[in-house]
Amino acid sequence: MSETTIGGIAGRMPKFLRRADPAVVTAFACIVILLLLGSLYSRSFLSPEYLLQQLKVASFLGVIATGMMLVILLGQIDLSVPWSVATGAMMACAAAAYGSVGVALAIPFGVLCGVAIGLVNGIGVAYLRIPSMIITLATNAVAQGLMVVYTGGFSPQDSATAAMRYLATGFTIPGVPNAVIIWALIGAAMVFVLTRTSFGRAVYGIGNRERAAYLSGIDTRRIVLIAFAVSGGLSAFGGVLLAGYASKAAQSMGDAYLLPSIAAVVLGGTSILGGRGSYLGTVAGVILITLLQSILSVMQMPEAGRQIIYGVVIVAMLLLYGRAPASR
Amino acid sequence: MRDWRYWLAEQRGTLLAFGIFIVMFAIYSGNHPAGFTANVVQTAANKGVLLAFVAMAQTLVVITAGIDLSVGMIFTLTNCMASWLVIGTGLETAFGVLAVLGTGLICGAVNGAIVIYGRLQPIVATIATGAVFFGLALLLRPVPGGSVNEDLADFLTGRFFGVVPASLVALLVIVLVVWVPFSRSEFGRAAYAAGSSETAAYMSGVPIRRGKFLAYTLAGLLAAIGGLFLTFFTYTGEAAYASGNAYTLFSIAAVVLGGVSLFGGKGSAIGAIFGALAFRTIGDLLFVFDFDPLWQPLFQGVILLIAVSLGAFALFRVRNRLEWFL
Repeated sequence: MSETTIGGIAGRMPKFLRRADPAVVTAFACIVILLLLGSLYSRSFLSPEYLLQQLKVASFLGVIATGMMLVILLGQIDLSVPWSVATGAMMACAAAAYGSVGVALAIPFGVLCGVAIGLVNGIGVAYLRIPSMIITLATNAVAQGLMVVYTGGFSPQDSATAAMRYLATGFTIPGVPNAVIIWALIGAAMVFVLTRTSFGRAVYGIGNRERAAYLSGIDTRRIVLIAFAVSGGLSAFGGVLLAGYASKAAQSMGDAYLLPSIAAVVLGGTSILGGRGSYLGTVAGVILITLLQSILSVMQMPEAGRQIIYGVVIVAMLLLYGRAPASR
Repeated sequence: MRDWRYWLAEQRGTLLAFGIFIVMFAIYSGNHPAGFTANVVQTAANKGVLLAFVAMAQTLVVITAGIDLSVGMIFTLTNCMASWLVIGTGLETAFGVLAVLGTGLICGAVNGAIVIYGRLQPIVATIATGAVFFGLALLLRPVPGGSVNEDLADFLTGRFFGVVPASLVALLVIVLVVWVPFSRSEFGRAAYAAGSSETAAYMSGVPIRRGKFLAYTLAGLLAAIGGLFLTFFTYTGEAAYASGNAYTLFSIAAVVLGGVSLFGGKGSAIGAIFGALAFRTIGDLLFVFDFDPLWQPLFQGVILLIAVSLGAFALFRVRNRLEWFL
């Protein structure tokens, strides 16, 4: 019944809006509302500098959410994000301590550590058939344990390399932060992979019904393994960028990215059950979450209030358009 | 005549967890410098009971094929709340305990309402409500502190007759008052049925919605009991994000060790309790063998990884590859 009403309204809208996913449109509408609310609070909210700054902050979350989206499209979830991020950052900084070779290999090494975590996740999910929620929690705990042993429980003293700082804070094109360019490149690659390659079709297929995908000749286990490895690698790369941004790694730097990355993907209209969703939605979700965080911090909301509003907003938005169909 | 076989098959996970716990605890107390004394048992019980309560909470939700990633945060929130309210005269303390338990019930009911009537996925919904609960905890205790009625705390963390740890007795009472009636009630069966096959349960006219709602609500209550006991042990309240998260994580580990199926419909809270006690004992093994405490997180993580991988053995029995996919 609700579909006919949406169709009725959509009939009077321009073509590009009619074809769009209602969830993505809602997310973008919420972004506009947030911007308007913010501009009521402070005039500088709509200035290009502020918006670019927001995009830059959003790009770290964007990189991490890209990997998360790939996994969620499969109908799985990656809860190892916090320590994949921290491992990537710490290992990249650690490599930097080993002379010029270390400095040169710092970024690939950090990302590879994330890929390794992702591979363990992927093997567990694809070949051992362990529920992804469990195996990723376990690898998260193992990664945390490894990092605690490595760092002795303190934040490591090694600092980020110049290349990491350049990627996170530099400007190749005047006015556009490098981090934003990196996010755009990764996003474009993701859109290409999802919409133009057989891998992408297989991801959607597995998310819809793994059994059917398997019967149609897709090596579903390999696809799942690759997706988890990519997710781990992107989380670690997000960590590398964050370390470049803060110029060093910290113990709990990844904790603040688990809920936002899942929320960004889900708010962007990707079904948590898998098989449905577009990257445009994830972009909208990432910007939405970042703006929300930014507005709350501009309003000098204490951490407690931020957590509460944050959780309430996510539940409220999901209730608006993320509900499962009324069963039966 | 063959009833006991069915019983054995049904309780296999629970018995396995019980076995693991006995072996681990034997190794633990055998190598403990003080040996198997009432003191060692009391300390171990006090630590284990906290996780046991949270694991029971997780079990109730997992049985319905859901998951509650906010149990650790309810645990933290009620800990902070108890550090304000469970103090003063007997009447005030009683009121405080009731208020804390009520808060747990409300938290659980909110989760249940969002998941069942709001039709959101339990993972996302409980991560989000967990953020809210943690925010509330932070509001109550921006810095660690507070106090608790120490007479009550000492009574419930001490020993009865000098031998039996009071916390274990409390755990037993909670099992008898909450878990046994629930699992034997119509709603408990509905929770199992919903976890086993929601469609079939619906078709048979089982009250799945009320069953699941009750499971989530009671999970909140059990997490709150855990939070209350944490306050009794530490005498303070602290809104620690890491500890809340760790309890959520460990509760899942305990549930898995306790033979509760994460796909729902199988297992019991008793198994989860032994899973929790076993997990705690394994974590403490490091101390009796004199390892650097720095290795503890890694050790626990590896144990968790091995425990969850054990479930993969069922794959060897799969004859048809299509059974890989549920």
